[in-house]
Amino acid sequence: MNVLFPRTRAELFQTLAEPGARVLAGGTDLLVRLRSGRETAAALVSLDKIPELRGISETGGEGLGRGLRLGATTTHTELLAHPLVRARLPMLAQALSELGSPPIRNMGTLGGNTCTASPAGDTLPPLMALGAEVELASARPHGAGTRRLPLAEFITGPGRTALAPGEVLAAVHVPLPGAGWMQHFEKVGRRNALAVAVVSLAALLRTERGGTVAEARLAWGSVGPTVWRCPEAEAVLVGRRLSLTALGEAAAVVRAHVKPMDDVRASADYRRTVAGNLLLRLVAL
Amino acid sequence: MRLSFILNGHQVVLETAPDRRAIDLLREDVTHEDLLGFDLVCHDHRALEVKEGCGTGECGACSILVDGVHRLACLMLAAQLEGREVVTAAGLGTQADPHPLQRAFAEHGAVQCGYCTPGMVVAAAALLEQNPAPTRAEIRQGLSGNLCRCTGYVKIVDAVQAVAKDFAGEDSAEEPGAPCAENEGERP
Repeated sequence: MNVLFPRTRAELFQTLAEPGARVLAGGTDLLVRLRSGRETAAALVSLDKIPELRGISETGGEGLGRGLRLGATTTHTELLAHPLVRARLPMLAQALSELGSPPIRNMGTLGGNTCTASPAGDTLPPLMALGAEVELASARPHGAGTRRLPLAEFITGPGRTALAPGEVLAAVHVPLPGAGWMQHFEKVGRRNALAVAVVSLAALLRTERGGTVAEARLAWGSVGPTVWRCPEAEAVLVGRRLSLTALGEAAAVVRAHVKPMDDVRASADYRRTVAGNLLLRLVAL
Repeated sequence: MRLSFILNGHQVVLETAPDRRAIDLLREDVTHEDLLGFDLVCHDHRALEVKEGCGTGECGACSILVDGVHRLACLMLAAQLEGREVVTAAGLGTQADPHPLQRAFAEHGAVQCGYCTPGMVVAAAALLEQNPAPTRAEIRQGLSGNLCRCTGYVKIVDAVQAVAKDFAGEDSAEEPGAPCAENEGERP
């Protein structure tokens, strides 16, 4: 199996056109899957040497407010070290700080976490709650070969994405929530480090004067085939303060709607209970 | 492919498959004969201190520094080492001239079977490089990708803390051996 290091976009799409070629980012998931024989590749195309796929830049204007373009091969450690990620996206920073372990965060990338599309992918619930979009690049001539897609449409199932053959995830675009938005992330795992999430919750809430919830975006990890949203529970919270009563009602709605799985890490019943209970933490916001 | 990189200060050039795992290459392949002028010189830089525990990135036994960054040799391919500088535990210090962390591990009884130790020391060196005066909690965080199944971590954290104190020249953290949250295991 050859390992190729294209240095430009043009070289990237040329090398990817080889039959059986696959994109290699941090390798923390892909190399494990390849070695186990669950997946195969004729050649690996590393994104390491393509500068435009790495790094964080500010975007904004166009009436959409400010945002960040997070290059696909930016590592979790690099994201965590960025002042705007820490200050303006604390829910993402919290998820990143609980992802894997220091060496895994030094190697693993945001693009990799996104394209692996695991139901337990730690960055995915916060990105989903934040309304992130993915930037997909391809060799197609029209439209400069780039399209954007909401993350919710990009991830189509466990380990499945809308990535077309020959297409590469170039960046994740995240809007920066303005003042008045509160962010919260919590992950429950079997241990603190190197844990696959048993259940996680990312909550993004906008409150008005007096603490009334105007908008709520709740996204759970590890309770379904992809990140799970619960509009019914969000509706329970809107127009109310984050009291234990309101949150308890929302938690009951979550338990009634969520359809988690049994697996080696936890039972469906446990996940259902915890998925609801994690909402009760919002009382402290 | 012809691969060239620096291992613990030595320039290494060898022929390898690009998809050879870095851990296998470092442990088995880094021995080569070099034609220096008219002399055939045999170099043996095999890094047997880079241990394989899980092979899936979960135990940290194969921790190495690549261009100063703590990475895992089981999750890297040979081709990814091209042009890089790799440091293993043996590159941090030698028996004759140990790194302060290596000395502290020995002095604090932080070594039992020793299998995790080279990776632990590399992880600790990476941590202190970034944060020369970590708290006990920060040390535990910094070593959280490295599993030890013998010592229970207390002595390992003690050793790192002792070196951090030497670096910082003052008490930077709480009491050594504080009982709370010492076990990284199951949450209550």
